[in-house]
Amino acid sequence: MSRNPTAAAASRAADEVVRFDGVAMRYGRGPDVLKDVSFSLAPGSFHFITGPSGAGKSSLLKLVYLAAHPSRGRIHLFGHDLARAGPAARPKLRRRIGVVFPDLLLLEHLSAFDNAALPLRIAGHKPAEYRNDVAELLSWVGLGGRMDAMPPTLAGGERQRLAIARAVVNRPEILLADEPTGNVDHEMALRIFRLFVELNRLGTTVLIATHDQDLIARSGRPVLHLEHGRITHRAAQPTQPSLGLGLT
Amino acid sequence: MSEAPKTAEAFELTRWKPAPFLPERDGRDASLVFVVAVLCFLACLTAMGVIAADRAARGWTGQLTGEATVIVRPRGGETPDAAAARAAEALSGTAGVAEARALEPAKAYDLIRPWLGDVSDLEDLPVPRLVAVTLDPRHPADARRLDAALKAQSIDATVDDHSIWIKDIRKAGGRVRALGLGVFLLIAAAAAAVVAFATRAGLAARHDVVEVLHMTGAEDGYIARLFQVRFARVAGLAGLIGAIAAAVLGAALRLAGGGGGLTPALPVAWSDLIAVMPCPLIAAAVAAAAAHLTAVRLLKGMA
Repeated sequence: MSRNPTAAAASRAADEVVRFDGVAMRYGRGPDVLKDVSFSLAPGSFHFITGPSGAGKSSLLKLVYLAAHPSRGRIHLFGHDLARAGPAARPKLRRRIGVVFPDLLLLEHLSAFDNAALPLRIAGHKPAEYRNDVAELLSWVGLGGRMDAMPPTLAGGERQRLAIARAVVNRPEILLADEPTGNVDHEMALRIFRLFVELNRLGTTVLIATHDQDLIARSGRPVLHLEHGRITHRAAQPTQPSLGLGLT
Repeated sequence: MSEAPKTAEAFELTRWKPAPFLPERDGRDASLVFVVAVLCFLACLTAMGVIAADRAARGWTGQLTGEATVIVRPRGGETPDAAAARAAEALSGTAGVAEARALEPAKAYDLIRPWLGDVSDLEDLPVPRLVAVTLDPRHPADARRLDAALKAQSIDATVDDHSIWIKDIRKAGGRVRALGLGVFLLIAAAAAAVVAFATRAGLAARHDVVEVLHMTGAEDGYIARLFQVRFARVAGLAGLIGAIAAAVLGAALRLAGGGGGLTPALPVAWSDLIAVMPCPLIAAAVAAAAAHLTAVRLLKGMA
């Protein structure tokens, strides 16, 4: 006896962190920047999205971190159908997501420490509960001596690392990063990547949009390749031992 | 992640306190404070003006309602002065009359002299005598009762209880009040519009804060409250400045005008200065409401 297809889809979505079914997206009345995109991310998975500039990588991430609405199709996040999630549900979903925004979105009038601690404040934690963790995280990303520095005084790579620290500080269930290693040197890129891997090992699902083919190749993680708004192929590379990244 | 790193010591981690999400000072605040303070100053002046005008209208009405004038025409061989004296006596015994006094002929001549000029043989004219009646303020007699008392004594007289003037003055007082209230509401609406506009501009200028807070899971109400508190503070300060300025000007007018206030038409009293007291609170409340509504509307436009 066959199951109801809708119920089966809902059941599948409940087991997945992210599920896209035939999703399209456009800005205003412009052309579709994403066309019929379908994929899913299992809990604890680690994926890259790659593709040429304008392929739709950032738009796809925007849909996942709830900064945009699809024009067609259906998105499930943590088992919730976003079309049915009311405005009250969206902030709660956002708190479960860590995002490294393409333009970083640091608050220029707040110190590096305040910027990094921001998601924890929003989540309602008390300073005494998290300040040691924030300090340790900032030290880990190489900003231990710049905690009271204001973002305008930070170098490009430092700003990027601060944005990453803010994205991971509350140990999100899914981490989305748009070109997270774009402004850092190779050594720091590997260090940041190791942070993502460590978070992934702790159970965080990771989705990174990047052009860094070298990093992708050396990581051995699966890749969603976007071109002209469509996923042209999904390279399901098996997780493999370290290829110089220190990933074990 | 078990212990705080040594590098954090320079930062004085234990003394760290979360900084406000919105900058404490903004260069645009000064111009906003100035504009809202000016509007609050005008609103306070309007409020004090309305109160003073209301007092003036009540005063005039009170004076007119407390008095009546009786024009007495002598009959037969009776002299005008005798007729007036008899009318005053008749009215003095009437319920609702505190005092009735026949005016001296000279006073009656003084009243008609502006129309006739300085005529030497004014005494030869048949000028009616007047009786000034002061009514009992608690139970004043009406014109009908006074008329009945005079008729009972067969006195030919006309009672003027100033009802025509009272009606006009009451109407004028009502119009002054309505006009003042209208101007006050207009200024209050302008202040609210300025605050709403400034809030919108402030939100646009602080789009980065709104976006980051929104994307990290802050609820719309939480973000709106930040702007609500911020603009309520700014407008409250502006309201305080405007209110103090208006109170200082009101006090100066009171002092300049002496016991009668600025002019008999606009008698400013010390108690009128109390009218400015709610201004900072009202300005803050209007700003908070405008900021909240603007912020919520803008946030609803975000994904």
